[in-house]
Amino acid sequence: MSEGPDDHVDVKDGGDVDDGADLTDLAVMSDLVVMHTAGADDEVVSPANPGVVRAALGLWRTRLGLALVVALVGVAVVGPWIAPYGPGEFVGTANLRDVEGASLGTDYFGQDVWSRFLYGGRSILFLASVSTLIGFVFGAAIGLVAAYDRGRLDDALMRVMDVMLAFPQLLFALVALTTVGPKSWLIIVIVGVTTIPRIARITRGATVPVVERDFIGAAEALGESRFRIVTRELLPNIIGPLLVEANLRLTYSIGIIAGLGFLGFATERNAADWGLMVQENRVALSVNPWGTALPAIAIALLTIGTGLISDGLSRTVAGIDRGRADA
Amino acid sequence: MGILKLIIRRLVLGVVTLIIVSIAVFALTNVLGDPVTRMLGRGALPDVVAARRAELGLDRPITTRYVEWVKGLVTGDYGVSYANGTPVWDVVADRINNSLFLMAMAAAISIPLSLFLGAFTALRRDGLFDRVMSNQLLVLAAMPEFVVGALLTVVLATNIWHVVPSVSRIRPGEPPWSDFDGMILPVLTLALAVTPHVGRTMRAAMIEVLESDYVEMARLKGLPERAVLWRHAFPNALGPTLQVIALNIAYLAGGVVIVESLFNFRGIGIALRDAIPEANAPVVQFIAMFIATIYVISNLFADVITIIVTPRLRTRLS
Repeated sequence: MSEGPDDHVDVKDGGDVDDGADLTDLAVMSDLVVMHTAGADDEVVSPANPGVVRAALGLWRTRLGLALVVALVGVAVVGPWIAPYGPGEFVGTANLRDVEGASLGTDYFGQDVWSRFLYGGRSILFLASVSTLIGFVFGAAIGLVAAYDRGRLDDALMRVMDVMLAFPQLLFALVALTTVGPKSWLIIVIVGVTTIPRIARITRGATVPVVERDFIGAAEALGESRFRIVTRELLPNIIGPLLVEANLRLTYSIGIIAGLGFLGFATERNAADWGLMVQENRVALSVNPWGTALPAIAIALLTIGTGLISDGLSRTVAGIDRGRADA
Repeated sequence: MGILKLIIRRLVLGVVTLIIVSIAVFALTNVLGDPVTRMLGRGALPDVVAARRAELGLDRPITTRYVEWVKGLVTGDYGVSYANGTPVWDVVADRINNSLFLMAMAAAISIPLSLFLGAFTALRRDGLFDRVMSNQLLVLAAMPEFVVGALLTVVLATNIWHVVPSVSRIRPGEPPWSDFDGMILPVLTLALAVTPHVGRTMRAAMIEVLESDYVEMARLKGLPERAVLWRHAFPNALGPTLQVIALNIAYLAGGVVIVESLFNFRGIGIALRDAIPEANAPVVQFIAMFIATIYVISNLFADVITIIVTPRLRTRLS
């Protein structure tokens, strides 16, 4: 099968639709869509645009997303200081809706739901941010190097990335945790490492068309070092799509880590953790719904927030928001 | 002949992928930590640990054990559970059927629904329905499925309405449809996890196709709009979407772990969840390989069907 530059579907590399007008939709699910990386026809790459973030903030969805994220991060960071009780403090009979001093009732163990909620966001946010950062740094580096190389190194790197994509992230984490148990470092490593190929593919796809532009040739002719070309010439030109992808990966990292917490594999037993709280209090849902609903809503709002930011950014990068006042 | 060659090439690629995955799975469950230490606890006496290791055959070199394990996978001997010595197959056999049925139901609902939603919103691009639906799908796509499931339980199974049961009660040895009501929430949750991704891809693909030259050509030729949409636009939009559908079927295979745990659905997901705290490596390894195989097969199908339904690609092959 030959590869023409104008193929919309490229089965060899996993098909995708590349259309500047719809980067929004594709970017948001780019973990599922294996991005079309062959050929130099990608018009989705924005020109150098240092004002991507500022422009994105002009959209209501980005602002709403940011407000949600700031609010939830605020709860997670400040929460432990304003919590009326400790995370493991016993305040009354288990699973009660009306308890003196516990505004949202008690949980499965007689602990204060509100206090545990205030304590329970930190670990998820910490693990998700660190692992996404690891995936982002290594993924971007690999993608940039592969795109700039365009030779054997490119082929080798991308083959490895493809194989790494052949396994669901959550399952990978579960398998790894089997003999080690719930260890934070392992969760960070696994989620970080499984994020790398996803970011690398997007980075490569965005960088390839930039590599072929004239100013890169000019920089090479001027004798700039390869490191300098990659970091000073290429990187600034793909910052838009990279930001979109990083945000999206953060959304999924939060989902995976909260999911691991829900299964009981992210923290020690009875730790205050939003994911674990959903599991612990699910049985008593009809007696005191808050123990399940509050952490579930918190995770939902957090991921919706990061999702909205991704969407706002990608609309800006693709330049498709026509300034419509769709508030 | 092109198709056959392609299928063979994809098959080989699939087998290679599975071999690499099997090495990863085996390494992660053996090298990273020691199942016996985890089972017996840190305070276990060294000679007890050694005896147990010998009993499970873990004292032999890792390469020998890997080769044996792979041989077993190929010949249908999946090993025995560390927890109680029963064959892994007996642990998972009826659970596999339950999980496959759950996935099939979720796929049967979400795929037509998302294809329809995607095509429909693309046709009415930027209309009210499109905008509302796009935002809905964005929100749904962002939420982890256990959160969606938990909120569905609050709304449909306990606090607000109580129209469906919040847990599934399939007894061992009974088919999954023996508790049909109990399947509603798991199926719904899984379907909602997949619909946004497929729907959004279909919408994007359909928009691109509708703006393409050949659709304009078909319209200019004077073909009726219905023929333009169904004969020309829809099949071409389906191509790229199939890839995403395949990835989502694979995703369903991973998602069952969470959804089954949430609704106590008796499937391989729960078996996996229960095997992990026991460090029951044979069960974990088998289920991981099973899910990886579903993944590889669904991708293989997607590639082949994409070629068959996409006129451009089909003609290029011959």
